[in-house]
Amino acid sequence: MYVPHTEKDKEEMLKAIGAASFEDLVKQVPSKFLWPKFSLPQESLDEQQAAARLAELSKKNCRPLSFLGAGAYERYTPSAVKAITSRTEFLTAYTPYQPEASQGTLQAIYEFQSTVCALYGMDYANASMYDGASSFAEAVRATVRITGRKKIVYAAGVHPQYMDTLRTYFAHSPEYTYAKVPMKDGVIDKASLPALLEGAACLAVQTPNFLGLIEDLDGLADAAKKAGALLVAAADPVSLGVLRTPGEYGADFAIGEGQSLGLPLSYGGPYLGLFSCKKEHVRQMPGRICGMTKDKDGKRGFVLTLQAREQHIRRDKAASNICSNEALCALAATVYTALLGPEGLRELAEANMGAAAHAAERLSSIKGCSLKFKGPFFNEFVLSVPGSAAAMREKALGHGVDIGLPLAPLYPELGETLLVCATEARTGDDIARLEKAVKEAI
Amino acid sequence: MICGTSHSSVHLAQSGCSVSAIDNRLSVEKSDPGRRGLKIKNPLREKACLKPELRRKDRPNLPELSEFDVIRHYTRLSRLNFSVDTHFYPLGSCTMKYNPRFNEEAAALEGFANLHPLAADSCAQGTLELLHDLGARLNELLGLDAITLQPAAGAHSEFTGLLLAKAWFESRKEERSEIIVPDSAHGTNPATASMMGFSTVNLASRPDGRLDLENLKKHLGPKTAVLMMTVPNTLGIFETQIEEICRAAHEAGALVYMDGANLNALIGMVKPGELGIDMMHLNFHKTFSTPHGGGGPGAGAIVCRKALAPFLPVPTVKKEGGRFVSDFGDGRSIGKVKSFFGNTGVLVRAYAYMLAHSVKEFGEIAKCSIINANYVRALLKDLYPSYSKEHCMHECVLTPGPDMTAKGLKTLDVAKGLLDRGFHAPTVYFPLIVHEAIMIEPTETESKETLDAFAAAMKEIHALGISDPQALKDSPHTMPVKRLDEVQAARQPNLRW
Repeated sequence: MYVPHTEKDKEEMLKAIGAASFEDLVKQVPSKFLWPKFSLPQESLDEQQAAARLAELSKKNCRPLSFLGAGAYERYTPSAVKAITSRTEFLTAYTPYQPEASQGTLQAIYEFQSTVCALYGMDYANASMYDGASSFAEAVRATVRITGRKKIVYAAGVHPQYMDTLRTYFAHSPEYTYAKVPMKDGVIDKASLPALLEGAACLAVQTPNFLGLIEDLDGLADAAKKAGALLVAAADPVSLGVLRTPGEYGADFAIGEGQSLGLPLSYGGPYLGLFSCKKEHVRQMPGRICGMTKDKDGKRGFVLTLQAREQHIRRDKAASNICSNEALCALAATVYTALLGPEGLRELAEANMGAAAHAAERLSSIKGCSLKFKGPFFNEFVLSVPGSAAAMREKALGHGVDIGLPLAPLYPELGETLLVCATEARTGDDIARLEKAVKEAI
Repeated sequence: MICGTSHSSVHLAQSGCSVSAIDNRLSVEKSDPGRRGLKIKNPLREKACLKPELRRKDRPNLPELSEFDVIRHYTRLSRLNFSVDTHFYPLGSCTMKYNPRFNEEAAALEGFANLHPLAADSCAQGTLELLHDLGARLNELLGLDAITLQPAAGAHSEFTGLLLAKAWFESRKEERSEIIVPDSAHGTNPATASMMGFSTVNLASRPDGRLDLENLKKHLGPKTAVLMMTVPNTLGIFETQIEEICRAAHEAGALVYMDGANLNALIGMVKPGELGIDMMHLNFHKTFSTPHGGGGPGAGAIVCRKALAPFLPVPTVKKEGGRFVSDFGDGRSIGKVKSFFGNTGVLVRAYAYMLAHSVKEFGEIAKCSIINANYVRALLKDLYPSYSKEHCMHECVLTPGPDMTAKGLKTLDVAKGLLDRGFHAPTVYFPLIVHEAIMIEPTETESKETLDAFAAAMKEIHALGISDPQALKDSPHTMPVKRLDEVQAARQPNLRW
C-alpha cells in the first residue's frame, strides 16, 4: 500500500477542489456501480509476509540441471549487467518522448540498434519488439506489405512457436497460404525451393534451426529475389559470434530472440525481439527507432525518429500497432554485448559449441542412443533414443536432470528423439551427470 | 550549460544534469582495440569445431572496452535521464506511479528467474500457482470470468482482444468487418483494428467529451464487430451512459471491448464487468506498478466473459486436483500471440503488488488518484483552463490559457519549461480532439506537497511566458541537450554507428 494521503490531506484537497466529499467527484458514475463487494483478501500482507509467501512459491519450482533449449537459453548473467539495469534512472524512466530528459535511454537505444546491426550484418534495426516470435511475425507481415503477395514459404526448421505466432498474427485467415520447405538431413532441401517460391511474399528461414543445425543459406536470397520474394532470416544472436550472418547471406529482414544475450529465462518473459532490415525497407520497419541528431547549439543528441510509421501518428495507417517495447531488456543486451566485445562473443559462441559437441559425443556413445543428423550444429542437437523420450525425461527429472525436450509432438517424423541443449552454463561435470541420467533413464 | 534564473541551481540538481554531460561519445567511440571486458573460460571451448566456410567473414563492429569502461559509460548515461524515482511524471494515460522495490526482489528470486519456459509442469508448480492466483484475483477485481496473461503490452492485448472477437464471430458464422472507435481513442486502437484487417469507424465525441449514444446507434449495425472504448475516456471523464452504450452494442450483435489503460480510476471502486463490457485489457506497467524501463517491458492481459474463454491464447493455467497444469485448450484457441507463456517476470512483480493491497487499499488507489487529478485541475484552473467543465476522474485535460496563446505560446513550450523546473512534462497533444492538449495524471502515489510544487512550477511558467515568451520558447535551458532537430533526424536518418 503506497498511497501517502492522510485523512487530513484528503480533506484539505477536497476543500481546495470545492467538493464537500469524495462522492461529489464521482457523480458521473452511476451509484449502483460504486463500491461493489469483492471476494478478495480484506487484509494485505506487509512486506515481510509477502516476502515469505513469494519465497515459499519460488521454492515450489524445482531447479533441475537443465539441458533444455528450443528458443530459450540458460545464460550466466554478469553482475555488471544487473548493476546497470537496476539503476533507477533506467528502470523507472519512461518512453523517451521528451528527448531532452531522456538522453540516457535514447543513447542506449541507439547503441542497442547498432549492436543488432553489428551482430546480424544488417543496415538498420529498431528499438526492439516483444520477442523473437512476434519479430518474426512482423517481418513476414512487412514482406506481405512490400510485395502485395500472401503466400508464405517457410523452412521446416523455423521455430514452431514462431510459425504459430505468425498464423495467429494473420488471424488464421484463409487468404494467407503457407508452403513448407522440407528438410533433408535436418536442413533446408534447397532443390525443392524454385517450385515452392513461385508467387511467394517471402522465404523465411532460421539458422541455427530449431533442431540446432547450422543452415547454409547460400543462394537463398538470390532464389527468393528471382521469384520476387524477400528473404527473412531468424538467427540466434550469440551464434553470430562465430557464424555467418543473415546480412552476409543477403537477407532482407533479420530477426532473433535477444533472451540469448544474457536475459533470465523467467518462464518465458520478458524477452527481447531483435528486428533488423536492409536500408531500403526502413520505412516498413515496425516499432520505435532512435536516431542521432543535433540540438539547437549543434550538440549531439538522440531522438525517436521516423515516427510517421507509428500508431501515435498514423493511427489506422501505422505499420504496426506496437507502443511499449522491451527497452530495459534491450539495455541489458547492449551492456552484455559491450562487456563481451567481439572477442568475448566469439569465446561465448565457442563455449556453447564446445559444450554441445562434448554432450553429443558422450550421449551418442550410450548404447541405443545416436545423433539423428550428421551436419554441424551450434548448441543443441537431436538425439535418437531407444524407447519413449518423454518417459525417459520424466525418469531423469526424478533424479534432478532435465535431459532435453521430447520432439515427437512437434516433429513426429523424427521418431523418439530429444532436443538436447548445452550452453556455456554447462561444465564437464554437468555433462557427466547428463550422461549418467540418460543411461539410467533408458 | 546556460543557467538563467535563480531557481536554476536547484533545478540543475533536480534534473540530474550535474554530471558532466559533455562526453557524449558512443561506447564504440571509446573502444581500444584489444581491450577486453568479460572472458569466457569454460574449458569445453576447446571442443568447438567449425568449418571455415560457416564462419562469419567480418568481425562484428562492437566496442572493445574493459568492464569498468562499460560500467562508467552506462552509469553516466543513466544520470542523463529523468525517472519516476527522481522526478514527478504527470503523464496522462501512462499511470507513472511508484514502482515498489519489493517487486524487483520478488522477480529476482532464483526459483522464478531461472525457470525455463518449457520446463515440465511438475518443475514449475510455484510459478504456475502464482500465475493462477494472479489470474483469479484479477477476474474477481474486474468482475469478469476468464483471463490470458500472454500479451506483452497494451497494444498486444488489444490485438489479442480483436483476435478473440474475430474467432467469436467466425464460430457464429457471422462476417463483421468494422470496429467503432471514439475519436478520443489512443492510437493503438485504430492501429490494431487496421492490423487485423478491420475498417475503423471513427465516432465524433459530444462537446462534453463523451460518446454520443444516438450517433453510436446510427453507426452500429450487422457489420459492427467491436466497439472499443476507454473507460474512463482519455479526457478523464466517465461514460455515464455506459450501460445503455453496451446494451445498444449488444443489440446490434457487437462486442464491447474496454481499453483498460485508465483502470487506475476504477480499481477497487468499480467492477468493469458490471458495466456491461465483454472483455477488457489491462496494462501491468500502468495500474499494477511494474516499472516502465525506458519504454518496456510491460505486460498485458485480456480479461473476458465466459463465452469468449475457449478462444483465449494458449497455454493458460488451470488447477487439477491439488496441482497446477498448463492448459492448451480444446482446439478453439486463437493460438499464440508470442512465444511461451507471457512476460512472466513482469507478472511476478504485479503479483507482489497484489499481495500488498487489500480490497480497501485498491479502492484507495482509485480514490486518491481521482482526488489528486481534481486537486491539480483546481490549482491550475485560472491559468490552464480545463477542457471539461465537470470534475475529472484520475486525469484531466487542460490547455494553455488565452493569455498564453496570445503570446504565441504552445503546449510544447509549457512541456519544455517544466523540464527546467525539475518535472517531466505531462502528455502533450493527446487526445487529438483537444487543441493544444495537456493531459495530467498525477497517480495516487504522489503527495499533496509534490502537486503543490508542480502547480507552482506551472504558475512560474505562465509568468515567464507572459513576461518573456522567447525565454520559454527556447527552453529547456538546463538539460543535457537543448531542443533537438527532429526534422533532420527524419530527413537524414542516422540510426546506427
